[in-house]
Amino acid sequence: MTDRRTADVIVVGAGIVGAACALALSRSGLSTLIVEPGVIGVGTTGAGMGHVVLMDDSQAQFVLTGYSRMLWDELGGALPERAARRSTGTLWVAADDHDLHTAIRRHAFYESSGVGSRLVSPAEIAQLEPNLRRDLAGGLMVMGDSVVYPPAAAAWMIERACASGARVERSAGVASIPAAGRGVELTDGSHAAAGAVVVAAGSASGGLARGLPMTPKKGHLVITDRAPGFCSAQIMEIGYADSAHGDAAESVAFNVQPRETGQVLIGSSRQAGVSDARVDRAIVSTMLERAVWFMPALASLQALRVWTGIRPATPDNLPVIGPDPRTPGLYLAFGHEGLGVTTSLGTAALIAHHIVGHAPAIDPSPYLPERFLRGGPTDA
Amino acid sequence: MRERFFDIAIVGTGPAGLAAASEAVRAGRSVAVIDESPGVGGQVWRGSGGGEAARWRTKAEDATFLLGAAVYDAAPGRLLVNTPDGAVCVRAGAIVLATGARELLLPFPGWTLPGVMGAGGVQSMVKSGMRVEGKRVVIAGSGPLLWAVAATLRSRGADVLGIAEQAPGKAVRALAASLWRSPAKAVQAATLAWQTRGVPKWTGSWPVRAEGLGRLERVTLSDGERTMTLECDLLGVGFGLVPNTTLASLLGCRVQPAVVGGAVAVDAAMGTTVAGVYAAGEAVGIGGVDCAILEGRIAGLAAAGSGERAMALSPARVRARAFAARLESAFTLRPEVLALADERTILCRCEDVPFGEVVGLGSWREAKVHTRCGMGPCQGRVCGSALAAIKGWTPNDARPPIVPVPVSVLMDQPAATAADHPPKPDGAAV
Repeated sequence: MTDRRTADVIVVGAGIVGAACALALSRSGLSTLIVEPGVIGVGTTGAGMGHVVLMDDSQAQFVLTGYSRMLWDELGGALPERAARRSTGTLWVAADDHDLHTAIRRHAFYESSGVGSRLVSPAEIAQLEPNLRRDLAGGLMVMGDSVVYPPAAAAWMIERACASGARVERSAGVASIPAAGRGVELTDGSHAAAGAVVVAAGSASGGLARGLPMTPKKGHLVITDRAPGFCSAQIMEIGYADSAHGDAAESVAFNVQPRETGQVLIGSSRQAGVSDARVDRAIVSTMLERAVWFMPALASLQALRVWTGIRPATPDNLPVIGPDPRTPGLYLAFGHEGLGVTTSLGTAALIAHHIVGHAPAIDPSPYLPERFLRGGPTDA
Repeated sequence: MRERFFDIAIVGTGPAGLAAASEAVRAGRSVAVIDESPGVGGQVWRGSGGGEAARWRTKAEDATFLLGAAVYDAAPGRLLVNTPDGAVCVRAGAIVLATGARELLLPFPGWTLPGVMGAGGVQSMVKSGMRVEGKRVVIAGSGPLLWAVAATLRSRGADVLGIAEQAPGKAVRALAASLWRSPAKAVQAATLAWQTRGVPKWTGSWPVRAEGLGRLERVTLSDGERTMTLECDLLGVGFGLVPNTTLASLLGCRVQPAVVGGAVAVDAAMGTTVAGVYAAGEAVGIGGVDCAILEGRIAGLAAAGSGERAMALSPARVRARAFAARLESAFTLRPEVLALADERTILCRCEDVPFGEVVGLGSWREAKVHTRCGMGPCQGRVCGSALAAIKGWTPNDARPPIVPVPVSVLMDQPAATAADHPPKPDGAAV
């Protein structure tokens, strides 16, 4: 009989990334203990849009999002109805010629990489999404992107992990990780022992695995009352990448998503260095102005609720995935910024590679923690 | 966004709001009174025609009434109001919250059938013209409101089959016996008793299910041992009142969790924990009309700077609150009425969430995220209060907008500061 708090591996956090890691590790045959004192999937996971999206700000981002998107497709039918996964594709819209050139360049890149996408004329945009403004320069439809309800997906992953023998510790959180590794200290004063520990605690990760350059990026979302048929694809402006990955302290970008319920989710905003969860009325206003510029009819929908979420970001906009060279048995899986839902499955596969030794499907090196730790102490 | 400036802004035109307005106006202050409803009077005086509401409105006729206008966002010193003519930023030196209460509706099998309504809801619909002549009506739940509803329905020709009060007969009789200490209440009780004479009153009884094909046909009551089924057309059911505290929370006022849904914490001058923000009436705890009028007057006087005159009313308020406390304890909800729902009973009507999906969860947040309970247009006003009573869950912090508003309204933000604040009206000193 094993001790309740002894396992092959401890996963810290049951957001979408922790849930995916727990599922991959328990399915690899490791006894897995998930430590989550809060509710499953309600941190950054529950605050986000749930958009599984291909992004190509860097080669490494393109590879990780593309690989993860494929893993979501493989999971596909197994997900329960409440996870509300639907393949909507993403319609990237170009406001002007500059945007259109970006669209054309991305289309050419996707063609050469075997990614399904097509350029969309203004006339076709008007047909596909009649609520978009009529004078857009054009757009790029990326096939294979999808939407999902992340808390339900995370809860399902935890359920399936438990069906493979994983357990969830909900009575205490992780207080610290001893420098010597091999387990965690819990907030109730006890120790949980494991050969490996995976920190997947999203925004809280920085407090557990110190010394990594993490920045909170606060975001806002607005949800409307039901407006069935208002839009059918996830729609984003081509300039979104500039907002997501630019250096500006504050930015907004047009991003709307049709929910399964007929409601419309409106985003997005980014405020670097801000972790105060209160609604910032000024940026909500700016964000909505931008959305209404692209989609004028949004102005008359009823806004039901506004909420915020904190994206855990790194300086190079890539997550930290892999062993922490300073502590034996410690693995890091955080810093996914706004792409945690998309890249959760790819992250889990990489973590399984590092811990179990599965051959990696993609090159794990761009995501290794050591890129931020050069000059620091190395593996003991 | 348009801006309007007042010395005092009052939210709510029920007894507390109108009383506050009349005192503030009499003290020479410029006053705005805001209400979501197109008419004044609040839930209690709604549709009372030339009655109390009109009398109090006359006393406050120099106030500016913004009606059909919902406060959707607020900060100390300003309220953002969605009016029929667009969004307005109301700036005021003092704010009085007279936001009233809503009915506590507890889920039981069949409670979502057409024909089953909140008891208070039935009353306001009847006052607004719903016809009930010859209709067979059962009133059930808890509290003195049930008698008032029965009296109203009867006066409009309804056939009231009976009133099922969940509180034990012993508690209700003890309360009645103590009424000599509050003569005005004794008169009210006697009046209601006369108006409902001949209507069976079943204490220690509660509804266990409502049934019918597509709409209500019968209701079954229980006293814990026996059941009784009554054929009826209408069931008015309410388990007491819950203070409306969302706006107070948004303003940062402390809300005491003692009552279901909490009550705004106030000092003797009806000041909340936030400077310049006052609260009065049901929002600070269910106390009834007379208590609300007193508190409204105190709040209006205090907000107008007439602290001494406000404090002179304090002893009367203490007596009114003591009576309210006796009422509350007499009508304490029994455990059985908190356990009426079965797995399939709809808990959240907006999102069709059955009770069974929520019952095993650990928090309001978990229920919202994992079942969509409370995520619909009413934003948990109904199911959130039910879950506060049943599970003791507290709601999340209030976030703007506190009521749904068009996206265009949220886009429109007021200037950060009122740089162009006009000079205060003569005599104003808030």
